[in-house]
Amino acid sequence: MADDRQVIDAPSKKIIAPGYTFGTVTDQIASVVLTRKTPYVVMGTFAVAMGLLLIFLLAVGLLLTKGVGVWGLRGPTMWAWDITNFVWWVGIGHAGTLISAILLLLNQQWRNSINRFAEAMTIFAVACAGMFPILHLGRPWLMYWLFPYPNTMGIEPNFRSPLVWDVFAVSTYATVSVLFWYVGLMPDLATLRDRSEHRALKVTYGFLAMGWRGSAKHWAVYETASLLLAGLATPLVLSVHTVVSLDFTVGIVPGWHSTFFPPYFVAGAIYSGFAMVLALAIPLRSVYGLKGLITERHLDNAAKVMMATGLIVGYSYIMEAFSAWYSGNVYEQAAMWNRMTGPYKYQYWVLVACNVIAPNALWFKKVRSNTVVLFIWSLIVLVGMWLERFVIIVASLAQDNLPSSWRVFESTRWDWATYLGTIGLFLFLFLLFIRLLPMISIFEVRTLLPQAKIKEDSRG
Amino acid sequence: MSDPQTNTDLAAVRSALWAQLEGARGRDYWRSLEDLAATPEFQDLLEREFPRQAVGWSEDENPVEGRRNFLKLMGASLALAGMTACTRQPTEHIMPYVRQPEDLIPGRPLFFATAVTLNGVANGVLVESHEGRPTKIEGNPEHPATLGACDPYSQAAVLQLYDPDRSQALAYNGEIRSWGAFTGALRDALAQQRVKNGAGIRILTETLTSPSMADQLRTIQKSYPGLKWHQWDPAGPHSARAAAMQAFGQPVNTYYDFTNANVVVSLDADFLASGPASLRYARQFARRHRVDAGTDTMNRLYVVEPMPTPTGTKADHRLPLRAGDIEEFAWALGISLGIAQGPKTGENNDIYKWLGPIARDLETNKGASIVIPGEQQPPIVHALAALMNEKLGNTGKTVFHTDPIEANPVDQLASLQDLVKDLDSGAVEVLIVIGGNPAFTAPVEMGMRDRLKKAKLRIRLGMYADETSQVCQWQVPETHFLETWGDARAFDGTVTIQQPLIQPLYGGRSALQLLQSLTEQPEKTPYDIVKGYWHDQHTGVDFEAWWRRAVHDGVVPGTALPTKSLAVRGEALSARAGAKHLGGKLEVIFRPDPTIYDGRFANSGWLQELPKPITKLTWDNAAFLSPATAHRLGVQKGDLLKLTYQGRSLNAPVFIQPGHVNGAATLHLGYGRTHAGRAGTGTGFNPYGLRTANALWQDIGMDAVKTSGKYEFADTQNFHLLETPDRRHIIHRADLADFQKNPASPHEGAETPPKELSLYPEWKYEGHAWGMAIDLNSCTGCGACVIACQAENNIAVVGKDQVRRGRAMHWVRVDSYYQGDENDPAIYNQPVPCMHCEDAPCELVCPVQATVHSSEGLNDMVYNRCVGTRYCSNNCPYKVRRFNFFLFSDFETPSLKLQRNPDVSVRSRGVMEKCTYCVQRINSAKIDAEKQDRPVRDGEIQTACQATCPSEAIVFGDINDKNSRVSKLKANERNYSLLADLNTRPRTTYLATLRNPNSEIGA
Repeated sequence: MADDRQVIDAPSKKIIAPGYTFGTVTDQIASVVLTRKTPYVVMGTFAVAMGLLLIFLLAVGLLLTKGVGVWGLRGPTMWAWDITNFVWWVGIGHAGTLISAILLLLNQQWRNSINRFAEAMTIFAVACAGMFPILHLGRPWLMYWLFPYPNTMGIEPNFRSPLVWDVFAVSTYATVSVLFWYVGLMPDLATLRDRSEHRALKVTYGFLAMGWRGSAKHWAVYETASLLLAGLATPLVLSVHTVVSLDFTVGIVPGWHSTFFPPYFVAGAIYSGFAMVLALAIPLRSVYGLKGLITERHLDNAAKVMMATGLIVGYSYIMEAFSAWYSGNVYEQAAMWNRMTGPYKYQYWVLVACNVIAPNALWFKKVRSNTVVLFIWSLIVLVGMWLERFVIIVASLAQDNLPSSWRVFESTRWDWATYLGTIGLFLFLFLLFIRLLPMISIFEVRTLLPQAKIKEDSRG
Repeated sequence: MSDPQTNTDLAAVRSALWAQLEGARGRDYWRSLEDLAATPEFQDLLEREFPRQAVGWSEDENPVEGRRNFLKLMGASLALAGMTACTRQPTEHIMPYVRQPEDLIPGRPLFFATAVTLNGVANGVLVESHEGRPTKIEGNPEHPATLGACDPYSQAAVLQLYDPDRSQALAYNGEIRSWGAFTGALRDALAQQRVKNGAGIRILTETLTSPSMADQLRTIQKSYPGLKWHQWDPAGPHSARAAAMQAFGQPVNTYYDFTNANVVVSLDADFLASGPASLRYARQFARRHRVDAGTDTMNRLYVVEPMPTPTGTKADHRLPLRAGDIEEFAWALGISLGIAQGPKTGENNDIYKWLGPIARDLETNKGASIVIPGEQQPPIVHALAALMNEKLGNTGKTVFHTDPIEANPVDQLASLQDLVKDLDSGAVEVLIVIGGNPAFTAPVEMGMRDRLKKAKLRIRLGMYADETSQVCQWQVPETHFLETWGDARAFDGTVTIQQPLIQPLYGGRSALQLLQSLTEQPEKTPYDIVKGYWHDQHTGVDFEAWWRRAVHDGVVPGTALPTKSLAVRGEALSARAGAKHLGGKLEVIFRPDPTIYDGRFANSGWLQELPKPITKLTWDNAAFLSPATAHRLGVQKGDLLKLTYQGRSLNAPVFIQPGHVNGAATLHLGYGRTHAGRAGTGTGFNPYGLRTANALWQDIGMDAVKTSGKYEFADTQNFHLLETPDRRHIIHRADLADFQKNPASPHEGAETPPKELSLYPEWKYEGHAWGMAIDLNSCTGCGACVIACQAENNIAVVGKDQVRRGRAMHWVRVDSYYQGDENDPAIYNQPVPCMHCEDAPCELVCPVQATVHSSEGLNDMVYNRCVGTRYCSNNCPYKVRRFNFFLFSDFETPSLKLQRNPDVSVRSRGVMEKCTYCVQRINSAKIDAEKQDRPVRDGEIQTACQATCPSEAIVFGDINDKNSRVSKLKANERNYSLLADLNTRPRTTYLATLRNPNSEIGA
C-alpha cells in the first residue's frame, strides 16, 4: 500500500486539493496510524509532553498530600491559577464543538477535514479543565458531594450555587462531546479494521468499530445520530461557557458582577478555541504532509472566525470599562481603574495587546495566508486569553470592596507546574490520539471529493 | 470451632505447657520460653488459640462456615476501611471519674480567680477550666485593674502554660540532674555562705509586688544579712520611680481616674493600651468618650507622641513629636500653665503650635483634667506632669498618689549596676536569677551575658531555658502561675492571691519554693507560704472563711493602698536641659513591643501572630520611620538600614509608618532572641544591642545608612489612605459639634438600600435574632479581641511565612485606616468579625450548603460539609472567611491539645472557617435558660471578643429584644452598616466615631 500511495501535499486554496481520489484520501489518513513511521518531531514533542505530565503528577501528588496551600492562593485571592486554567481549558474546548456541531448544522463543508482533531482537542481540553475544579478543592476527595446523589445525610447540593451548575454543564459537555466524537469515529474505525494487517489491531479496531459494515442502514442511522448529537451539542457551545461565566457574574465581587459576561465569555471561548485549532493544525499538516487536506482555505476560515470573535472580545473589554464608568458604582469603577493601573496593569495591557490589537492584523489576507505568522498569532491569542481570565479573576479579587483586605497574589512554582503539567497532559493525549486514531475524518473528507458530489447529483 | 471438644483440648495443651515451664526462673524462664515456642505443641496451641477465621478454607474446617465467615469479615473490614479512610479518627480513651470532684460537671467549665503579672503588677483574671484544664482567661469583673476585661498578654498566658518548649527538666550545664543533686549543691553553697553571713549571695529578680515573697526575702535577708537582692525589668517604670524621688522625695505610686476627666493631655503615654492599669483606664476613658444622645458631652484627648499608639488613634489632636522633644513640650506647657518660667529652647516649632489652646482647655477644666506622662519619658517629664496636675487641682480628684506597690521600689538600673560591680570584683559566689532574662535584656554595655559567668554558682529559675539559662550552671524549670500559689499587687495595691488550676505539667519549682530553700524550712509548700503569710497578716476572727473568700474573689479586701496627699517639692524641677540638635542624625526610640513586650512572650505563637496595633506587623520588629524620613534616607519598606548608635551597630529592616514623627526611628524590644523556643528564636532583630543604660528609651545621634538586602515582612494589612471624601464609606466619622447639630452628619453620602430591595420575601426571625454593635468611638485597636477569639475558638497559628501569604486565621481582625496627610494622618481602627449578613453572599454560592443561615440569623459554617471551593470567601465583601490551606491546627503536640476549648471543633485541612458569634456560648446560655424556664437575659451571652474588650466597644445580644443593649445601640443615630450599599444587611453594625476637636485649633 505504501508503494502506490499518492501523496498530495500541495498547498491549495480549496477545501481539498485537486487530484484526490477516495483511495488516496483513505491511504493518506490511514497510513499515519497504520504504516508510516512516527516523525522524530512528534516523538520529541511526545517526550516533552511526557516530561510535563510527570511534573503534573508530581505537583498533584504534592497538592493532595499537603493541601492547596502549595499553590499561591491566599486571602483575598482564593481563586487564581486554578480557575484561570479551568476557564481557559474549557474555552479552548469550545472550538471543537463549534466546528463539529454548529458548522455541521450550517452545512459548512470545510469543517469535514478539521472536525475530528478539533473534537479530540475538545475532549482533551475538557479533561484538563475538569482537573482544576477537583484539584482546587480543599478536600478533593469529597468532590462527589457536588453531585446530587442519594445519601444518608439527606443533603443535596445547593442548586443556587453556580458551581453546581458548572458540574452539570461541564459533565454534560464532556459526555456529549465524547459521544459525538466516538459516533463520528465509527466508520473510520471500521476502515482501520479493514486496512490493518496485524491481528491484534484488527481485533481492537474491530471491537471499537462496533460491527460497522458500511451498509446503507448503518449510514442512515449514523446520519440521524450525528444530527441529533449535533443538535444536542449546539446549545452546549453556548451554555457551558455561559454557566462558567455565571461563576463570576453571580458573585458580587466588583469586576465580576456584570450581565454581559455570558456572550463575552462564549466569544472568548471560541476565540481561544480557534487559536488552539490553528496552533495544532499548522504543525500537524506540515509534519504529516496533509496540506492537501487541511488547506490554506481552512486556515483562512479559522483565522476569520478567530478575528470575528476576537473583535467581539475587544468590544466586550470596551463595554466592560464603559459600564463600570457608567454605573457610577464606586467599587466597579475602582475595580476597573485598579485593573488598568494597579498591580496587574502589565497583565491587563498585555492582554489588551494580545486580544484587541493583535487580531486586527488578521484583516489582512497576507497575514492569514502566512502559516508561520498565523501560528505565532494563535499562540499570542492563547496567551492573551489566559491573561484575560487571570486578570478577571485575580485582579478583581485582589482589590475588592474593603481596602484593608487587599493583597497581591504571588504564584508559586507549583502553580506553574500544575498549569504546564496540564499542557503536558493535553499534548500527551493528543499525540496518542494522532498515533492511534485517524486524525482527519476519512469518510467525511471523501464526501468533499468531486466524485462524491457527482454521485449525489446524479442520484437526485 | 466452638466445639467443646476443642476447648478441652486447648485447656489440656495449655496446662501441659505450663507444666514444662514450672520451676524455671529468671534467665532459665526466658530460655524455656524460647525453647517452648519451638515445640510442636506450642505451635498447635498458637494455631488453635488464634483460629484462622479470616482464612477459613483449610481442610480441617467446615468449608461453608469458613467461607461465610470470610465474607462476613471481609465485609466488615471493608466497611471499617471505608469509614476510616476519609477522616482521621484519633484514638480516644474515655475515662470516668472514679470520684467526681466537687462542683465539677463534665462539660461545664469552672472559673477560678487568679492574677497575671507583668513587671510584677497584677491584673486580676478568671481562668476557665474544663475538667481540670485551664483553657481560657477572662478578666475578673471584681478586680479594679481589669474590671472584667483582659489584655493580650493575659489571654496568651494560657498558651504559655502548655508551651511544649518550656523548660521541662532540672539541668546542670545542660545535663539533666535530680532534684536531690540540686538541693545538695545549693545546701553546700549555703553552708559556705552561712559563715560569711551570705555576703556572696545575690538574688536577681524581676520587679516584685508579692507581699508573701517580699516577706520571704526579708526572712532570708535576716538569716543572711550580707545577701543582696537586685531587681531588673527592662521595660519597667524606671522614670516614674526616679521622678517620684525627685518630685516627692519618696517612692510614690501614681494612678489616674479618667471618669471625671474632661481634658486629657498625654505626654507620650499609651495609657489606653499599655501599662498596669490600662484596661481600667480604657474603660473609664471610653465611658467618657461615648456619645449616646446628641446632648452627651465627650472628653477631649491631646496626644503628643513619636510613634502612633492606640492612644494616639483616639486623640482629638495628635501631635507627632520626637521622644526627646516631649520634654520641651512638657516644659512649654508647664510655662503656659505658670508652673515654670523660661524661653523656648526647642528647635522644632511644632512643639509650641497648640500650647495656648491646650493650656486654656486645661485651665477651664481644673480638677477635671489629667496630664499623663509616658512611662518611657524621662523623670523630669513626670515631675512636670505632677506639678501641672497639682497646679490644675487634679491631684486627689483625677490623679492619685499612694505608697509604692512594689515590695522594694529601688532604682533598678543602679541595682543592676551594683550587681555588675560585685560580679567584677568577684564578690558574687552564689547568684540566683529568678525569672527575667538579664543576659538578654540588660543594657548592652554591661555585657551581662559574659559578666554573669563571673559568679561562681549560678542558679537560674526560669520557665524557658533561655539566653540567661545558657550562662547559668543550674537551670531550674519554673512553674507557670497557673500551676502554683502566689500573690501580687495591682496598680493601686490591691492584692490578688494566685491559685493553681493544674498540677505542674513539667514538674518545676515556683519562685516561692526556690527562695524557700534558702530558709530554715526549705520544704514548705507555696500554698503554706502564701497562706501562712496572710494568716499572719489577718486580724479578724475567722481566717479560713476570709481566706476562702479572698481566693475565690480574686481580690483581697482592703488591700488597696490608701491615697496620700503629697505636695510636689520645690526642687522637683531640675535644670531645664538645653536644646538637643539632631544634626542630621536620627533619634533612636526604644519601646517595649506591643505584643511580645520585652521579649518574654517571644515564644508565644498567639502573640507573635497577633497583628500589632496600627502597624499590623506580625512575627517581626522593624525600624519604624515616617514616610518623609524614609524618603530622606532613600529607603522603602523592607530595605535594610545599618543603624549605628554609640559605636554599636545593627541591621534592621525599614517599616514606613504614617504618623510616625520625622527624624526618628522606633525600635521595638524583645526580638532577636537566640534561645526563645521554636516560635521565638530568630525572629526580628535585637534592639537591646543598641540600648545603653544612659538611653534606656530614647536618645539622639543614631546614624542610619541603607545597606543591601531586602526583608520580607508579614503584615496583615497594607497601608491604605482613605479617599477624601471616602466614597466607600468604610469609617463613618464626624466632629462632635457637627454631630450635635445634625446627627446624620457621620453618614453623609452613604447609601442604605431599602429593605424591600430584594427579590426574596422578607424572612421573619421569630425568637432570637442575634446581632452585634461595635462602637468605633470606643475601640482603641489594641487587639485584645483578636487573641480572645483565638483562645476561645481554637484558632490555629500559621507562622510568618503563611501570614506573609495572607493566610492568617484570625476570625476577627482590626483594620486600620488613615485619612489626611500621609505624615500626620488621622488613624481609625475597625474590628471586623463576621457580619452575619441576613442576605449573606457566601451562602448563595456554596455548592454543598456548607454555610447556611440559622433561624436566629447566624451565618453558620458547617465544617464537616465543607469541601473547600473557597467561593464563599471570594464572594464575601468583608473578607472575614479564613481557609485552612494546610493542616494548620496542631493535631500532634500533646500539651497543645490540652489547651483547646472542648466546645469548639478543631478545624482540619481544606475547610473554611470564620467567626460564629461564639455560637457555643450562645447555645450554652440558651440551654441554661431553658433549664430554668426563663428567657435568655440580655448580657448573659458575651462573645469572647466582647468579654475581653477593655473599652466595651463590642456589644452582642438579641435584636428582637427591643430593650437589649445591642438593640438600643443599633437604634442609635451613629449606627451604620459596613458596605451598606451592597444590601447584604449585616447583623454586625458599627457606631460612627466622633472627634471632639478644640475649636481654637484649626484642622
